[in-house]
Amino acid sequence: MVLVLALGDLHIPHRAPDLPAKFMSMLVPGKIHHILCTGNLCIKEIYDYLKGLCPDLHVTRGEYDEDVHYPETKTLTIGQFKLGLCHGHQVIPWGDLDSLAMLQRQLDVDILVTGHTHQFKAYKHEGGVVINPGSATGAFSSITYDVNPSFVLMDIDGLRVVVYVYELVDGEVKVDKIDFKKTAAPQPAP
Amino acid sequence: MLPAAGGEDEEKWLAEGIAGLQQNAFYMHRSLDSNNLRDALKYSAQMLSELRTSRLSPHKYYELYMRAFDELRKLEMFFKEETMKGCSVIDLYELVQHAGNILPRLYLLCTVGSVYIKSKEAPAKDILKDLVEMCRGIQHPVRGLFLRSYLSQISKDKLPDIGSEYEGDSDSFIDAVEFVLQNFTEMNKLWVRMQHQGPAREKEKREKERSELRDLVGKNLHVLSQIDGIDLDMYKDTVLPRVLEQVVNCKDEIAQHYLMDCIIQVFPDEYHLQTLEILLGACPQLQPTVDIMIVLSQLMDRLSIYAASSAEILPEFLQVEAFAKLSNAIGKVIDFQPEMPIVSAISLYVSLLTFTLRVHPDRLDFVDQVLGACVKKLSGRPKIEDNKATKQIVALLSAPVEKYKDIDTALKLSNFPRVMDHLDNATKKVMAVVIIQSIMKNITYISTSDKVEALFVLIQGLMKDMDGTQDEELDEEDFKEEQNSVARLIHMLYNDDPEQMLEIIRTVRDHILIGGPKRLAFTVPPLIFSALKLVRRLQVHEADEIDEDATTTPKKIFQILSQTIEALSSVPSSELALRLYLQCAETANDCDLEPVAYEFLTRAFILYEEEVADSKAQVTAIHLIIGTLQRMNAFGVENRDTLTHKATGYSAKLLKKPDQCRAVYACSHLFWVENQDGIKDGERVLLCLKRALRIANAAQQMVNVTRGSSGPATLYVEILNKYLYYFEKGNPQITSSAIEGLIELIMTEMQSDNPPSDPSTDAFLSSTMRYIQFQKQKGGVMGEKYQPIKV
Repeated sequence: MVLVLALGDLHIPHRAPDLPAKFMSMLVPGKIHHILCTGNLCIKEIYDYLKGLCPDLHVTRGEYDEDVHYPETKTLTIGQFKLGLCHGHQVIPWGDLDSLAMLQRQLDVDILVTGHTHQFKAYKHEGGVVINPGSATGAFSSITYDVNPSFVLMDIDGLRVVVYVYELVDGEVKVDKIDFKKTAAPQPAP
Repeated sequence: MLPAAGGEDEEKWLAEGIAGLQQNAFYMHRSLDSNNLRDALKYSAQMLSELRTSRLSPHKYYELYMRAFDELRKLEMFFKEETMKGCSVIDLYELVQHAGNILPRLYLLCTVGSVYIKSKEAPAKDILKDLVEMCRGIQHPVRGLFLRSYLSQISKDKLPDIGSEYEGDSDSFIDAVEFVLQNFTEMNKLWVRMQHQGPAREKEKREKERSELRDLVGKNLHVLSQIDGIDLDMYKDTVLPRVLEQVVNCKDEIAQHYLMDCIIQVFPDEYHLQTLEILLGACPQLQPTVDIMIVLSQLMDRLSIYAASSAEILPEFLQVEAFAKLSNAIGKVIDFQPEMPIVSAISLYVSLLTFTLRVHPDRLDFVDQVLGACVKKLSGRPKIEDNKATKQIVALLSAPVEKYKDIDTALKLSNFPRVMDHLDNATKKVMAVVIIQSIMKNITYISTSDKVEALFVLIQGLMKDMDGTQDEELDEEDFKEEQNSVARLIHMLYNDDPEQMLEIIRTVRDHILIGGPKRLAFTVPPLIFSALKLVRRLQVHEADEIDEDATTTPKKIFQILSQTIEALSSVPSSELALRLYLQCAETANDCDLEPVAYEFLTRAFILYEEEVADSKAQVTAIHLIIGTLQRMNAFGVENRDTLTHKATGYSAKLLKKPDQCRAVYACSHLFWVENQDGIKDGERVLLCLKRALRIANAAQQMVNVTRGSSGPATLYVEILNKYLYYFEKGNPQITSSAIEGLIELIMTEMQSDNPPSDPSTDAFLSSTMRYIQFQKQKGGVMGEKYQPIKV
């Protein structure tokens, strides 16, 4: 069981003062094995905070990030899964699943984690899964109306990944989960 | 009598004293065993003579005393037995007075006195009066104190108190009080006299010795507090005034400090509350060197706890006007001592404020009064330089902020900003941070522009350069942290009502615009987004009710935003400004304000043209512009054409060919929008894709062509994916043969060995081909579409 936290678009302090208190009390150091952050933290304080939650922190660059040296995309392997990370402002049209699927093919990953729209999505297609953890602070977005704070926790176990999405709705944390199973990797064409 | 000297000698003398004492005690016991009263008295007197020494320090004298004390207990028991056997206690009382030296005589007298009282052959009050008077015979401080302490000890369970077996006729408890008061007074006089004995150079040693003896004096007060006969009235009329008289008149700093403390500790808080005026009246009369702050804060501490102990007590505080009395007393103390250092005066006010916040938290007028008194004390002086005093002022100001979790309350204290005025700039910033942290921690929202104004006055040190500050001193990291906290604060300034919210936005705008270029990059974005949230709210509600009279319109807000973003040019911060213009454009688009949206996009383009020079920054910027434009539907054909033309033009002019290629095929989406009335111009889409292909081709022709993820092969695969995208969406210009042709081109390109193909490109192509296969096998409409594509 490998726990991977996926979150992003916090936009602190431009659009939000802090993570919701209820989220902060849930996210404790020592429980999470990896963090994938889609970007737009925006300041170093937030980077340090996330690093404190888990030393294996991966961040891709959002267009408002103070540190301009985060990579545009990142790929890593966790267990049987190849994961890809990208903020998403680079993929036009923004939030378009077919265009994101193209990025997924390009990065050659099973799971693509991307943000920018501030709207949670977990979408399965032939090539794999596209996950958008939304905005962890519920930050304003010109793309999405009524953003609720949300983040995603992935439990990777063998060929199966369970995606838990945590959303703060009217002051209460609601949890939902989605299951994905990966078929064994196809043989490469001769 | 030689004065006490060095430590080693003292040990020797003590040992000698103990030896002498023990020897005589031995003989005394032998006499007691053989019932020889005369001899017993003789030896006991000799034993007690050891206590006549002047050579021991109080600490050592005590050791000797304790041994004597133990022996005297046994002697007392013997006396008791004698009286039970028929010996007259009065005779005994007379007999012991034949002892040669006065000190042993008095110890023996007290011992017999104890038995005498127990026998009840005479009223306790008479015997006690006699004894306390006789003790006057010893004027040597140490010897006198121990003697009287002995008297106190043997008498304390025999006082003629109410309900005691020694009560005698009515009101004899008054005599008990009188006895204790007299003993106390005499002991204090002896104690104070010690201060003036001996050479000046030994003052420190003397004071230490005095300190060792203080509990002997204080014990009397404790005994007083145990006398049941004393009620509030007697305490008020007799006991307290007499004790205070002695305290004030002795004019001794050590005694005054200790005894004031004792009084406060030993007597009940109920009494203190009711005698506040008398107690406080003594304070200005004390020696100036007495640290009155400690005394008063002790008192106020106890009273605070007392107030909290039960709900019925609080009205009493109001009734006796406790606050007013304390406030006046402190004022008097400060006035009587013009030389008092400012840090002490402020500390007094901190103590008073702590009391007020604990006992009368609802009385903001009291709190403000304390602050006002502080302002008065500080006025006319230059800015505080003393570190300790500054710390006390910060403590003074932080107390109400912490107590009243809602900053609104602290903002109501009219004297709060006035106190802050007296701080130096660095400390003003410290206070500002305290205030902001309180707001963030308690998640309090500031809801009117007036309150925002008041708040900004308090934190102005963070928001702009203050006169005389040399900000080069400030560390860059610290500055960033400061400004980020101001940015976070801006999100706490909020009101549901649009009119009020707009006022708040205006107020914030006014303040941040005079903050100087260094601060704008931090403070402008949160204001912009706060305002955009308001626009969104108005837009959503407009759908529900159209208020013709509304003065708060999105248009007005966009005006403010435009002006504010423009200020970023002074930093300069063009990339940020560009992003903010795009955000505004999109939000204006959602409000259907075509000219406003157009204006914002134009400004974004101008910044792109004139200010964004770095090639990487340009790539990001152009993608942001394309992405924004792609989503906007408010434009008429002409405007849209102008903007898309610009976007495509700039895309093709990016520095590096691969970037050009990608931007251009991104532009293809400008001509194909998936929603119902969205534009779907298949031809122009194909034109873009073909242009992208040409650029990819040109990249290939270049010498030292790049490999890998930006090589032409990868670009071809990307474009192929775009072809598939539009093919699926039903763009008639994208045919299956076009796709086949492109696949063939890619295969050729990949198979050329020189240079060899990149594995990531291979993988990309493979997954794309897999996708095509998958779509073909899908069946239904999609499967049919894909059918003609041969792979």
